Amino acid sequence: MTLNDLFQIAPYSLTKSEKNKVLTQILKELTVKHYKNCPEYAKILKALGYNPQEVFSSADLPFIPVRLFKQFELKSVSDEQITKTLTSSGTSGQAVSKIFLDAENVRNQTKTLNEIISSFIGKSRLPLLLLDTEMIKKDRTMYSARGAGIIGFSIFGRNSTYALDENMNINIQKVSDFIKEHENEPILMFGYTYMIWQFVVRALEENNISFNIKNAILFHIGGWKKLKDQAVDVLEFNRRIQKCLGNVKVYNYYGMAEQLGSVFVECEHGHMHCSNYSDVIIRRAKDFSEANIGEKGLIELLSVLPTSYPGHIILTEDEGAILGEDDCPCGRKGKYFKIYGRIKNAELRGCSDTYEKR
Amino acid sequence: MSNIEKYTQAFCQAFDIDEEAAKKLKFQDIPAWDSVGHMGLVAQLEEAFDIMLEPDDIVDLSSFEKGQEILAKYDITF
Repeated sequence: MTLNDLFQIAPYSLTKSEKNKVLTQILKELTVKHYKNCPEYAKILKALGYNPQEVFSSADLPFIPVRLFKQFELKSVSDEQITKTLTSSGTSGQAVSKIFLDAENVRNQTKTLNEIISSFIGKSRLPLLLLDTEMIKKDRTMYSARGAGIIGFSIFGRNSTYALDENMNINIQKVSDFIKEHENEPILMFGYTYMIWQFVVRALEENNISFNIKNAILFHIGGWKKLKDQAVDVLEFNRRIQKCLGNVKVYNYYGMAEQLGSVFVECEHGHMHCSNYSDVIIRRAKDFSEANIGEKGLIELLSVLPTSYPGHIILTEDEGAILGEDDCPCGRKGKYFKIYGRIKNAELRGCSDTYEKR
Repeated sequence: MSNIEKYTQAFCQAFDIDEEAAKKLKFQDIPAWDSVGHMGLVAQLEEAFDIMLEPDDIVDLSSFEKGQEILAKYDITF
């Protein structure tokens, strides 16, 4: 099976044995491709003593720490082929990851995101309210992960409307008009977790304003680091969203700039799900061996998408645990897991954490 | 205006280019046709032909030529 074959089937359909076969094969091919075309990656693999003969499952494939994308310019295509350089979540003073994308890689990312998101909301494009500022797309040479996320999500919507002005203040009139105009159809909303909390939920609460949306779906991404400091968890976040916006179905999702496209969406039962395009392996920090189901450890992410840079198997600085495989009550196949957040002593970094209040 | 004229105009307006340049254009050939510009083009085409493209088709709209194939699915002939 190839990536194009995966596009032909439903995104949460492969069971454990089928998936291991498909993923191991595709990821093995990607490892060879990057080994041949990215000298720095080849050096790392040689240092790790990687031997393709010893690969029987995707867990046997070599992973590289996500931090390497900050320290080195890792790419597997020539400079002329690179059409986008994505920089991730850099606040001033912190190192940024640089991800080099060619046209094919960009296209596959968008296609995959489309397969995953439309399995939740259907194929028709709903009116889209972006809980962010339009300023994000003004400076187009600066292709930040946050801007890329918003633009990438725009294909699922129509009448894209930004809820925040350039100073991050919510435009009450604009939002009211939008809700009114689309009161007889479902509304789609998108934003970054922390931005939504700070500039929508908290802002509305402080001004005693609430909306009464009849039917909306919100997708949000970006991490919980800053919200954890304020002791806000998923349930509280969802409850407060519904209190100030109305009847909103909330889906949190997880993804990295290093693996844009193959995102992990939290289902109705609060479980993060791997799709056919991705997988998660939990590793014990002490020796990087594979952890058991339920055991907490470092999250390794696998994605079939990265073709122009060696980011197909990365070890994150997040902690998580596998909850099960193929048997979530929501019916989706594949592993489902829980994220505990950034490990201690790792840098503060998350898309929605990059906004610093001046 | 004929369909091909309307179609070409949408490209010209979305990317601020002339007709000659529009006719051989591919995604990311010019700085204006990046992912932001792409949604601008989609908006122009949807308005010109009064249609709504499916997300799949928006992804596949990778060149001037490919766009014509896609619009054929929406009963727009050239």
